[in-house]
Amino acid sequence: MARDTSRSVAVLGAGMHPWGKWGRNFVEYGVAAATEALRDAGIEWRDVQFVAGADTIRNGYPGFVAGATFAQALGWNGARISSSYAACASGAQAINSARAQILAGFCDVALVVGADTTPKGFFAPVGGERKSDPDWLRFHLIGATNPTYFGLFARRRMDLYGATPQDFAAVKVKNARHGLSNPNARYRAEVTVDDILASPVVADPLHLLEICATSDGGAALVLTSTEFARRHGVTGPMVTIDAVSTVTPTFPQTRIDMPDISTDSGVTAPPGASGGFKPAVIAAAYDEAGIGPDDLGLAEVYDLSTALELDWYEDLQLCKEGEAERLIRDGDTTIGGRIPVNPSGGLACFGEAIPAQAIAQVCEVVWQLQGRAAGRQVEGATVGITANQGLFGHGSSVIVSR
Amino acid sequence: MTTDTGRARRPAVDGWFTLDGEPALLGSRCTGCGTYAFPAQEGFCRNPACTSTEHTPTPLSRHGTIWSYTDARYQPPAPFVAPDPYVPFAIAAVELAAEQMVILGQMVAGVGTDGLRVGMPVELVVDTLYADPERGDDVVVWKWKPAGGTPASTTGSTAASTPGGGDHGA
Ligand SMILES: [Zn+2]
Repeated sequence: MARDTSRSVAVLGAGMHPWGKWGRNFVEYGVAAATEALRDAGIEWRDVQFVAGADTIRNGYPGFVAGATFAQALGWNGARISSSYAACASGAQAINSARAQILAGFCDVALVVGADTTPKGFFAPVGGERKSDPDWLRFHLIGATNPTYFGLFARRRMDLYGATPQDFAAVKVKNARHGLSNPNARYRAEVTVDDILASPVVADPLHLLEICATSDGGAALVLTSTEFARRHGVTGPMVTIDAVSTVTPTFPQTRIDMPDISTDSGVTAPPGASGGFKPAVIAAAYDEAGIGPDDLGLAEVYDLSTALELDWYEDLQLCKEGEAERLIRDGDTTIGGRIPVNPSGGLACFGEAIPAQAIAQVCEVVWQLQGRAAGRQVEGATVGITANQGLFGHGSSVIVSR
Repeated sequence: MTTDTGRARRPAVDGWFTLDGEPALLGSRCTGCGTYAFPAQEGFCRNPACTSTEHTPTPLSRHGTIWSYTDARYQPPAPFVAPDPYVPFAIAAVELAAEQMVILGQMVAGVGTDGLRVGMPVELVVDTLYADPERGDDVVVWKWKPAGGTPASTTGSTAASTPGGGDHGA
């Protein structure tokens, strides 16, 4: 494969508002993250030509028009805007929207912002009786929450590949250690395998400490054309986004996934046709950037549960199917190992702030490649990848290099 | 239709399953490409290679094998209607061989995850989802039951009636 940077955009700045359960207006977190990203980039707000907002659906109308909401909060400057909703991949869709505007030549400087304020408890469907909405029906007919699906995937690993509760807990132990000194992480405390296995089971075999929380937080990126970045005086290696994969599944999608009660039927598919959705999201990113798994120096993956992180190892082609347990047991994915995964601490340390999360993953990779990830630095990495999945056929993967 | 307690039964969702005799899920089969859908599809076919708009209502296989399984130790939020006190239940994703699709459902009461395995045969039953005190009837839904009759094990004593985990559960 030949590395392809012909459609790369520069990352000039990254910023975050710390994750937590702050209970304030999400706009505040978004503005704080945007302001930090602009300062990091050395760009004035008035020079931003395009604002890509990642939507939140739990904060009323301002959340549905996030691009406009953040632009107004920063002070209308006439910039064009977009607002993206794609469940957990909303942040990546916003990045992709900004990237497309830059690569099409419609603008040089774009700001990407996502922020959320979350309610307590299980994520429940939005209110009202909607008997044609699968997200409403799965709760009403079955009581299937998001952890239900995490439990199904985890149990399958145990029965098929011999994964153990200790393997799953080891993912949490690793991520908790990685995030210890990350100033933007919400949970910064070591946990032991025993602590995890002693916490209550939520969805067999997963315990409370293995399922990610919902958090408040905000993340932002300043993206520009590579020509603008050079004119702007970027010295040293330029950090660029080389791929943004947001592909959808291919029919028939025969793996059960949130929020569906049933899969497509595989009867019309040629034998062995379906490679699966998550592997396809990653493969498209590798293809776009012209790289492969051997080129990676680190990965930030969506550990909605401990067991899901192991699934990602295989989707990223870090190992063969059924071999992910070996990677966590051997320390391959710990900082200092062959391919560190979630050096930020991952969702285990952050909890999920949906529209900000895919942007935050990219922020972490950027800081890692710049050598600015104090206390959790992966040495010598030149390429990093993010992996993320959401409801309704959404997923994303972003490849960043220097 | 009544339960053995004599209470009237009402499906939790109309047209998704039959109640009488040996109950079955009601899906559809595309007249153009033969693909199955559940719930029944109308108007368009989800197969991108097919332009048919005709679907034949079809009862789906009543037997399948477990693709995977889990349980709900904490009470799911509304619109789930939970009994008081809450009783945890197992959930299975079940593969139907003829239709080559996976369908989610609760396991029948009294069957815990301890006795389940990937690949285990199960059959479809219709069982109470919740009792409606206002209308005095039972709202029913499809559930999976280990094929061969007797439940493989019972749900443990780790019941938790409140989501004590604070804000966990993204
Ligand atoms: Zn068809």
